[in-house]
Amino acid sequence: MPDETVFGMDVVMLSRIQFALTIMFHYLFPPLTIGLGVVLVYLEGRYLWTKEAIYEQAARFWTRLFGLNFAMGVVTGIVMEFQFGTNWAAYSRFVGDVFGSALAAEGIFAFFLESGFLSLLLFGWDRVGPKMHFFATLMVAIGGIFSSVWIVIANSWQQTPTGHVLREHVVGDRVAMRAEIVDFWAMVFNPSTVHRLTHVWLGAFVLGACFVMSISAWYLLKGRHIDFAKRSFTGALLLATVASLCQAVSGHFNAEMVAEHQPAKLAAMEGLYETQAGAPLYLFGWPNQQERRVDWGVAIPGGLSLLVHQDPTAVVQGFDQLGPVYGEPPVWITFQAYHLMVGIGTLMIVATWVAWWFYRRGTLFEQRWLLWFFVGSVVLAMAANEAGWVAAECGRQPWIVYPTIIDGVATGGLRTSDGVSESVHADQVFGSIVFFGVIYTTLGVLWLVLLNGKIQHGPELGESDDDGETVPERRHDIGMADA
Amino acid sequence: MDYPTLWFVLLGVLLAGYAVLDGFDLGVGLVHPLHKSDHDRRLAINSIGPLWDGNEVWLVTFGGALFAAFPEAYATAFSGFYFAFMAALGGLIFRAVSIEFRGKVDRAWWRLLWDGMFFLSSLVTTLVYGAAVGAAMAGVPLDNRGIMASSTLEQIGPFSLMVAALTVAAFALHGSLYLGLKTTGALRERTRVWAWFAYAAYVVLFFATTAVAVGTIDRATKNFDEHPWGAVIVLLNLLAVLNLPRCLTQRRYGQAFVSSGCSILALVFLFGFALFPELVASSTDPADSLTIYNSASSPKTLRLMALFALIGLPFVLAYTSVVYWTFRGKVQIDKHSY
Ligand code: HDD
Ligand code: HEM
Ligand code: HEM
Repeated sequence: MPDETVFGMDVVMLSRIQFALTIMFHYLFPPLTIGLGVVLVYLEGRYLWTKEAIYEQAARFWTRLFGLNFAMGVVTGIVMEFQFGTNWAAYSRFVGDVFGSALAAEGIFAFFLESGFLSLLLFGWDRVGPKMHFFATLMVAIGGIFSSVWIVIANSWQQTPTGHVLREHVVGDRVAMRAEIVDFWAMVFNPSTVHRLTHVWLGAFVLGACFVMSISAWYLLKGRHIDFAKRSFTGALLLATVASLCQAVSGHFNAEMVAEHQPAKLAAMEGLYETQAGAPLYLFGWPNQQERRVDWGVAIPGGLSLLVHQDPTAVVQGFDQLGPVYGEPPVWITFQAYHLMVGIGTLMIVATWVAWWFYRRGTLFEQRWLLWFFVGSVVLAMAANEAGWVAAECGRQPWIVYPTIIDGVATGGLRTSDGVSESVHADQVFGSIVFFGVIYTTLGVLWLVLLNGKIQHGPELGESDDDGETVPERRHDIGMADA
Repeated sequence: MDYPTLWFVLLGVLLAGYAVLDGFDLGVGLVHPLHKSDHDRRLAINSIGPLWDGNEVWLVTFGGALFAAFPEAYATAFSGFYFAFMAALGGLIFRAVSIEFRGKVDRAWWRLLWDGMFFLSSLVTTLVYGAAVGAAMAGVPLDNRGIMASSTLEQIGPFSLMVAALTVAAFALHGSLYLGLKTTGALRERTRVWAWFAYAAYVVLFFATTAVAVGTIDRATKNFDEHPWGAVIVLLNLLAVLNLPRCLTQRRYGQAFVSSGCSILALVFLFGFALFPELVASSTDPADSLTIYNSASSPKTLRLMALFALIGLPFVLAYTSVVYWTFRGKVQIDKHSY
């Protein structure tokens, strides 16, 4: 019922808000668990190899935090899975053949693996041997990575669809086009899958590393669990350094891919309203939609042309030429989200190198300002992950499934406004936004409180007795009372 | 068997797996307020602690598979039952959260709060499932484009309410028996009493719903003419139901649990049997119904996904067995417990 509105917003707008809210909340957790999963595998592997108790204690500590994050990911994920049907029914009819398969594969191949072995990981310490426990950890980590594989394939197909044809499908008196798979591997390896998947993984590794560094740095600043914190910090610093460097390289490939397949998204990311030779690459700026230019911009002249065409004087198309073909995405938000991500990525690279510089001089753990920076780094990493998606998804607008351009005409895509459920009313969607808003706010607060409780409580570092076995402290409940 | 039929069966398998597995952990939630002490409630939560998440994945995969195999049915049902799905989502979220958060703060009011939430969310979720099954059996108003046009209130008919109540009884029975398997002593004796009550309610509701279904819904019996073997399942169900009093009197919890599981399986089967080949049945004009043919994905995709299922399901069964085997026996509270 497109004519109904709540506060001036129609079903399409409300559904977009709802989707953005729920997916952005969901996406706080998966990269954290994917990143932490790698850390856990490393720690338990080291423990099996060296038999040093500290690795086991560390693994137990990070596992507790992992469990909490995982649970949040699960409950918010189920909402996502249902939402395609509840709010985007027309879209679901259009893409089910392609997109649904990827989602089903995710369930069969990834979620069962993850959730099954998760219980061994969390509750199995005293029930299975260390080798089996390590195996379970490995499977959970792999399961997390598998989930990202299928969902990113599905999303990448939405961005750069290949391997399908459009066919008419008849239901009663309704005849509508829909996408059907003709070449499965072409669908899976569509032009953006590989680049985006690497980028998503690296983003998860950066976040996992920052999570560990953040907590360790805080212990160091408070003078608690010093030995544990130093080891955790340096290990994570190594991961962060490698991952953030690779992230920049991978980001570059992503940008090239976007330039080739979604030029209007590129124009939005860079605020390129007019087609020009020697197009600039902005470091900062404020896209001005009325005047159709970027205000207060600091830019590298010719940078964008260099990036896209390996030639600083080449011509890059702006919205004057792209708009009529692709439509125009919201420029300001795409631009800012993109620049936030790149800015944080650059900052991360600089910060990790600065940290190594002090490390070499043996004074890293005395640099309190730097440690404080790393305490906050986890927020930056989360922001970068979210911002990357906001740029990717907003830049795709007004399309929910991107079209292919044939002879200058956008062919075969689906507009976001055509994807919304036929039978859902504005007030229903509005009601559900309020509902999820309340639940998610509560969840977010509880999550922070409990996370804080666990962090305050700290790892249970046992005393080594003569046999080299550890006697962990007996602490049953990790309550706020301990704080 | 053609691919749409195969996928109808596979979806049935996923739904049945979900009903039997999550059925007992929802049931544990349904009887949660009956416990006498905080310790018992903690035991109850921990009896399903390592299992509930894996059980829920059956639902998630069912959703994904429905999306992939029959996108039209997925889209119409999910958007048509908007309110019901939101309620179920709320239930699922709060259940997970109350299991996860209950033990995290050592205060009596905190635990009571989440115990209450655990019960309520289990109840809401179960009711919605039951009502959805009832509505699907009774049929929903579809227009000639296969889109559902009805308000939430119109969807809650008397038959849906009956099936909702039946589902609550079935899961409460299944959950009490599960608790009986996992606990000892006085608590175990109490679960047996709950099981008796749930059983009585289940039997009454079972016969009542069957009578209404046979009497008023043609769909419920139409497939028996063509496939009389369906009656075998009805018979097996009866045997399972009749076996329960014996098991309960003789305190054979294992057998009782298997029987209640079989009975739930049979109900899911009968539901599918009645529906086939419809997925979303139209209550207005049967010609408008969404069937496994007009709502299916392309044959190529169905074939591809069957391959996925073939590769995936053995693994799924393997993980599930490993987990259930590892956590077999009575619940124990240790420092990793909730
Ligand atoms: C820690 C997180 C993080 C960091 C530091 C960066 N990114 Fe990123 N970026 C993501 C996390 C991310 C992401 C959330 O993972 C996205 C969203 C969609 C996707 O596939 O990955 C993404 C998307 C994304 C896209 C859009 C892809 C698309 O629309 O299909 C581009 C062009 C870049 N990134 C480029 C960069 C560059 C040049 C960076 C410079 C260092 C950078 N990213 C750092
Ligand atoms: C709209 C898209 C998405 C849908 C429909 C979706 C669906 C789901 C569902 C149903 C679950 C719960 C599984 C369970 O019960 O165990 C889940 C959890 C998870 N999802 Fe998502 N998801 C989406 C986006 C993403 C993205 C983009 C990623 C990663 C790149 C991701 C990675 C994960 C992971 C790793 C988990 C496991 C729990 C956790 O680690 O927090 N998901 N998702
Ligand atoms: C996980 C990180 C993700 C984030 C933070 C994210 C963010 C967003 C945002 C902000 C929007 C609203 C865009 C707008 O209205 O302008 C959106 C829309 C959407 N995204 Fe994503 N997205 C993510 C992943 C995914 C994935 C993995 C899929 C599919 C598999 C997906 C599919 C969609 C769909 C269907 C819409 C709704 C239609 C639309 O408004 O474009 N998203 N997303």
